[in-house]
Amino acid sequence: MSATRVLPATVVGLILLFLAFPIVVVIVVSFSSATYLTFPPPAFGLKWYEAYFSSADWLRPTWLSLWVAAAVVVLSTLLGTLAALGIARLPRAARIVVAGLVLSPLIVPGIVVAIGIYYAFSRYGLVGSPPGLIAAHTCLAVPFVVTSVSASLAGIDPRLEQAALSLGATPRGTFFQVTLPLIRPGVLVGALFAFITSFDELIVALFISGSGAVTLPRRMWDDLRFQIDPTIAAVSTLTIVLTVVLMAAAHLLRKRAEAQVTRMAKT
Amino acid sequence: MPYLLAAPLIVFMLAFYALPVVAMLMRSVSDPVWTVANYAALPDDAVFLKTFANTFYTSLIVTVASLLLGYPVALALVRAPRWAPLILVLIMLPFWTSVLVRSYAWMVLLGRHGILNEALMAAGLLERPMRILNTPLATQIAMSHILLPYMILPIANALRQIDPSLLRAASGLGSPPWRTFLQVTLPLSMPGVAAGVLLVFVLALGFYITPAMVGGPREITISMLIAQRVDQLDWAYAATLSAVLLATALVLIGAFYRLPGVGNAFRMNAR
Repeated sequence: MSATRVLPATVVGLILLFLAFPIVVVIVVSFSSATYLTFPPPAFGLKWYEAYFSSADWLRPTWLSLWVAAAVVVLSTLLGTLAALGIARLPRAARIVVAGLVLSPLIVPGIVVAIGIYYAFSRYGLVGSPPGLIAAHTCLAVPFVVTSVSASLAGIDPRLEQAALSLGATPRGTFFQVTLPLIRPGVLVGALFAFITSFDELIVALFISGSGAVTLPRRMWDDLRFQIDPTIAAVSTLTIVLTVVLMAAAHLLRKRAEAQVTRMAKT
Repeated sequence: MPYLLAAPLIVFMLAFYALPVVAMLMRSVSDPVWTVANYAALPDDAVFLKTFANTFYTSLIVTVASLLLGYPVALALVRAPRWAPLILVLIMLPFWTSVLVRSYAWMVLLGRHGILNEALMAAGLLERPMRILNTPLATQIAMSHILLPYMILPIANALRQIDPSLLRAASGLGSPPWRTFLQVTLPLSMPGVAAGVLLVFVLALGFYITPAMVGGPREITISMLIAQRVDQLDWAYAATLSAVLLATALVLIGAFYRLPGVGNAFRMNAR
């Protein structure tokens, strides 16, 4: 290989190392047997995973985060899918206004959303309670459901719905037997995004989880202020595995749905 | 019927998101009486000016660093199909990891007894550990790392859309590779570059978790100043800063949204 090929390859390799190395370090450190952070670890073990799985202080926030995220998935998928179906049929001006509201959490800086929610929720009595977290996280997660379902809807050939209706299917039957199966991958991708959005969310939780609804990211944040012991590395590794698996699933689902749309367009 | 389908979500988001944010922002003009005094005071507010300047400066450094680091990776992703799956995995692995965990990773790397210091001392390049964690440099490194995928993906998208026959035509006409790059590839990838730059800059402006975890105690960002003032229950000031931060982000997006490729990238990469 000539120098003109080796040099760029080395540069790209180093940048990719910069991208991946920090994550790899966290994963490696989590399997350390040392009582403090060193790299590379002197020996490997599951000590920090044992510390995590035997601590109620860690498991309680984990369960809370999991079931809050599950509730957010249900709420945001339901509200978001219905809204996406509505938005697609709205007149142009109304569509822009509604989509603007629904998608705005993607653009408004996190701290602004967080303190706005904190400001109002302390008046609603929703601070320090799981329902407050679920309501707030649903608003943050719903844009992903709406964009994902809308993309699926845009890929549907309108003639399929027309054909069903003209062959005597009721609007209800058309929705459940034609539209819904076609947008199912989009709904699933949106649901996966919604889960991760809630499960990883920290800024809103910092303000509204109080002492009564401490989520896993909030617990990690509190812990990091005092120490950076390898238990956090173990927790981080577990969350990395969870989110990477779910995101990879979403990625593959979306690829498959796109392939399906192109296939339909060709036939 | 369409309105009925969208209504539940609209009501939900108004109640739990939009009205709360608007009510909070209103405190900037209604506290204690209707006034614009809070905004009028900002140009003479040394803390605000310093924090705002620091936030802009940090965002600028992070954007430039992401562009310089991101462009070669985007190019490799599109031009080296054999390596593309591996490159994509190495980009997505950190991208799909939460900001909190990635910031923690940089604490582990950059700390006083962190891996970087230990390695440099073991190699004999340093005698005493240098202070990187809790400095602006740590914020810039960690934020560039976190935002890099937002730069790579839109640029790769733009590069992918370049017609390969243009490149063949250029080299067929005797253009050396560097010249083809400068005169064909680079100009045609500009929509992706614009989208990535806007995305990274706007996201960087609002960063809170990373600078709070790895940054310096004195070089704070607008988001950190807002959080401090909320802790002191100074809602009028926090609301004023929030309005300024939000307006800055909206103006930037509004100004560049019409550029080709920007709007699309924003919708695609909003996560």
